[in-house]
Amino acid sequence: MSKLQLDNVNKQLGGLRILRDISLEIASGEFVVFVGPSGCGKSTLLRLIAGLESICAGDLLIDGRRVNDLEPRERGVGMVFQSYALYPHMSVYDNIGFGLKLAKTDKRSLRERVLETARVLQLDKLLQRKPKELSGGQRQRVAMGRAMAREPDILLFDEPLSNLDASLRVQMRNEIARLHASLGTTMIYVTHDQVEAMTLADKIVVLNAGRIEQVGSPRELYERPVSRFVAGFLGSPRMNFLPAQLLAPGLHSAISTPALGQLAALPFDSRALAAGSPLTLGIRPEHLSLQKASGDAGLRVVGVEYLGCETYVHLDVDQDEPLICRCAATAEWRHGDRAELRPEFAGLHLFDADGNCLPRQAAATASNPASALRQGCA
Amino acid sequence: MSLRLLKKTLLRLGFCVAIGILLLYAVFPFYYAVLTSLKPSSALFQVSYWLDKPDFSNYTAVLQQASFLQAIGNSVFVAICVVALALFLSLTAAYALGRVKFRGRGTVLLLVLGVSMFPQVAVLSGLFEVIRALGLYNSAWALILSYTIFTLPFTVWVLTTFIGQLPGELEEAAIMDGASPWVALTRVLLPLLWPALVTTGLLAFIAAWNEFLFALTFTLTDQERTVPVAIALISGGSQHELPWGLLMAASVIVTVPLVLLVLVFQRRIVSGLTTGALKG
Amino acid sequence: MTTSISRAQPFYDEPLPIKETPVQRRRIRAAWLFLTPMLLCLLLVAGWPLLRTFWFSLTDTSLSDAGAGAFIGLSNYLAIDGDGWSGILVDPLWWQAVRNTLHFTAVSVSLEICIGLAVALLLNVRFTGRALVRAMILIPWAIPTIVSAKIWAWMLNDQFGIINHLMLGLGLIDAPLAWTADASLSMWAVIMVDVWKTVPFVALLMLAALQMLPGDCYEAARVDGVHPLKVFWRVTLPLLMPALLVAAIFRILDSLRVFDVIYVLTSNSSSTMSMSIYARQQLVEFQDVGYGSAASTLLFLIVAVIAVLYLYLGRRQMEVR
Repeated sequence: MSKLQLDNVNKQLGGLRILRDISLEIASGEFVVFVGPSGCGKSTLLRLIAGLESICAGDLLIDGRRVNDLEPRERGVGMVFQSYALYPHMSVYDNIGFGLKLAKTDKRSLRERVLETARVLQLDKLLQRKPKELSGGQRQRVAMGRAMAREPDILLFDEPLSNLDASLRVQMRNEIARLHASLGTTMIYVTHDQVEAMTLADKIVVLNAGRIEQVGSPRELYERPVSRFVAGFLGSPRMNFLPAQLLAPGLHSAISTPALGQLAALPFDSRALAAGSPLTLGIRPEHLSLQKASGDAGLRVVGVEYLGCETYVHLDVDQDEPLICRCAATAEWRHGDRAELRPEFAGLHLFDADGNCLPRQAAATASNPASALRQGCA
Repeated sequence: MSLRLLKKTLLRLGFCVAIGILLLYAVFPFYYAVLTSLKPSSALFQVSYWLDKPDFSNYTAVLQQASFLQAIGNSVFVAICVVALALFLSLTAAYALGRVKFRGRGTVLLLVLGVSMFPQVAVLSGLFEVIRALGLYNSAWALILSYTIFTLPFTVWVLTTFIGQLPGELEEAAIMDGASPWVALTRVLLPLLWPALVTTGLLAFIAAWNEFLFALTFTLTDQERTVPVAIALISGGSQHELPWGLLMAASVIVTVPLVLLVLVFQRRIVSGLTTGALKG
Repeated sequence: MTTSISRAQPFYDEPLPIKETPVQRRRIRAAWLFLTPMLLCLLLVAGWPLLRTFWFSLTDTSLSDAGAGAFIGLSNYLAIDGDGWSGILVDPLWWQAVRNTLHFTAVSVSLEICIGLAVALLLNVRFTGRALVRAMILIPWAIPTIVSAKIWAWMLNDQFGIINHLMLGLGLIDAPLAWTADASLSMWAVIMVDVWKTVPFVALLMLAALQMLPGDCYEAARVDGVHPLKVFWRVTLPLLMPALLVAAIFRILDSLRVFDVIYVLTSNSSSTMSMSIYARQQLVEFQDVGYGSAASTLLFLIVAVIAVLYLYLGRRQMEVR
């Protein structure tokens, strides 16, 4: 089992900086997911760990040993490719055993290892088949078996489920999780699918434009995003963002937003900012509740999405995107209704003009959320 | 009958006639050669479009000539060796050019393209000297060596295109499995390249089988001649006394294998010809 | 623990040294190793002989005694002595060969492109037996040039040839024509054979290009009710242009070095002599390696100039578009 460490790793391609000062530690046995929008450098980072791409500056250490100048097979890593890249002319047995054969493993232990791998992946009955005779999920398992056969310390996955249809994707996701639990191998997994990231990861690394935006457990990232980017990237429907203005800087901030009015005693430290600074208030759809408003009060409902288990209500807040509120499926909202918003205080996020989350404070005990709310809606 | 239907019928008729003319144009000369070869020498000088009774005397006469059989043997040997040599040399080269990014790749490709374009006669005297220096004059090896000048650029070009189309992750998977470039080429990519190799090999074979200028210049004796030269040198006493029946029989014998190859591998040949030209 | 890297970074990047992974380094080394045999072979059969040809053209080497040639400067090309100018550049036969070659190239390539395009359009129509027809028209391409020249020589035979027979029968001519011997006809005979042999190649190239054209253009045109002829001129032909240019350059370069058709069909007759025939005649039959090499060099230069010019103009045309 090995620990992997990236130390100020940089990657440049054709004058373009693909990765910038990436520093990261991955403990042995951890399941780490790299996630980010396309072009953020997540695949490059994975290929760089694999040894398929070069590191322009910085160090890559596995178990404390610098491996920048080692070939993939010397690094003890295995990789599962997006297209599976199975050898089409070889049987499943040969696909899994190819790496072992090249490593000059003797015939008997090669056979044992291949059979053992096939057993773990439930490929026992398919060993003589060619890849083209397999289903998508089976091919996926063969690709994993090939990566696992040489018992690498670290397994790399490059968007492995993106070629499968939705139901199979869920099934294979669970299988990978089960595999990780039983093998205990360090796994690094690249995806752009936030559900895969949330469900699989011990630790998520969010990348944006070649930089690490945030590293943390799924819960940390979801509940305490350090930036507007992370906050907006995870969660579906995504977090609502409302323009706001800082009224009074302090340990606990008071702000005003056009949509929600004034909010006081928010648990964010804004002492570094001046009064009047532009801010962004973030709030997830599930942290908003609605009440019917009478007459012209409150906000107008401009859309209702009924999903069976719940309903998303869209509210007009005078900006490009409507505010989305997650309600119970039983709630009966109609286009044109007026609604009063009740945000949940613990679910509020406050970002400065650069998109960084303001330092979070313990909730101000003195202030009563309900009173603050009343003040807000006044 | 409506006017539209009439127009449609006429159009279809015109199309069928056009296809008929095309087929006649393409096939008639060869048909006529077969026809001539099956006539006894007495009937040779009466033009006819049909044959009542085939007469194989021309074929028996040609096949009894030791020099002609020798020429066929030489042609087969030369063409097979050229194909083997060109495929081996171009397979490794195509891997380098099609799969590896390195400085100088564009220059090498341009060089190969350049060689395929220049006239063979331009190297004739220099090549003559090289062949004499190597002691290969008037031997099949002189032809095998010199034929690479036109087969190699072509096979390199086509194989580079084919090998470049194979998915990149396949080779990366092999690298992750610990394969060296040689192993990746021979154990992973080569098995997928068989169709391309068949195509290019076929085209190289046809080119080598048909070559004339070098064969005429670098061989001297009947023992070493290839088929095109042998046919070109079949002669009678004067222009008007050419043994046409014999000549056509020999022509048909050397052409039939090619025609069969073309008919069988038509699809592959077309794809080889067009990838070489259009994707380059 | 939640970590965050400060995002206040300098906008400007210093370029990093380009590094390769061990794998990449190994692959580049392997690439050169893999290229070496091919490059050596081409050097042996193309590069070095070409240079030697250039050198021979500056000497008076003869075939019987190749080692004994002396450097004579540009005398093979052009020299002046007591009797006046001498050398290839004042040899009327050479200029005749140049004219013949250019004439042959211009006529046969234009004919091939036109007929090839027509055949391709014909074969682009879906009909039963199309694959068979496509295979059949490949037959002329597969027949060795020597053989097709011989077959046509027989068909064009002045006394017993079927072409004369047919034309007499149809009343097109009054007396048999001496196709290969008559100076005014022999070039046409040569062109006829060459066109017959190479139309399949051009047609299949065009056909492949036609089948790669996007279908939605045609759908749009058909929906708009544009006349098919107009569609051809405005849509098909412009889209086909790149393939057409490629086919043309292939055929032009091939025609400029034409040798075997002419050699077999009309032998050394001056009315059809091409540059290649001229060079080989000097080189082998007259044993004059120096003079023959000079002719080869000139042919090489002409081909090179045309190729470079064509590629340059073609690329500019593409860029304009």
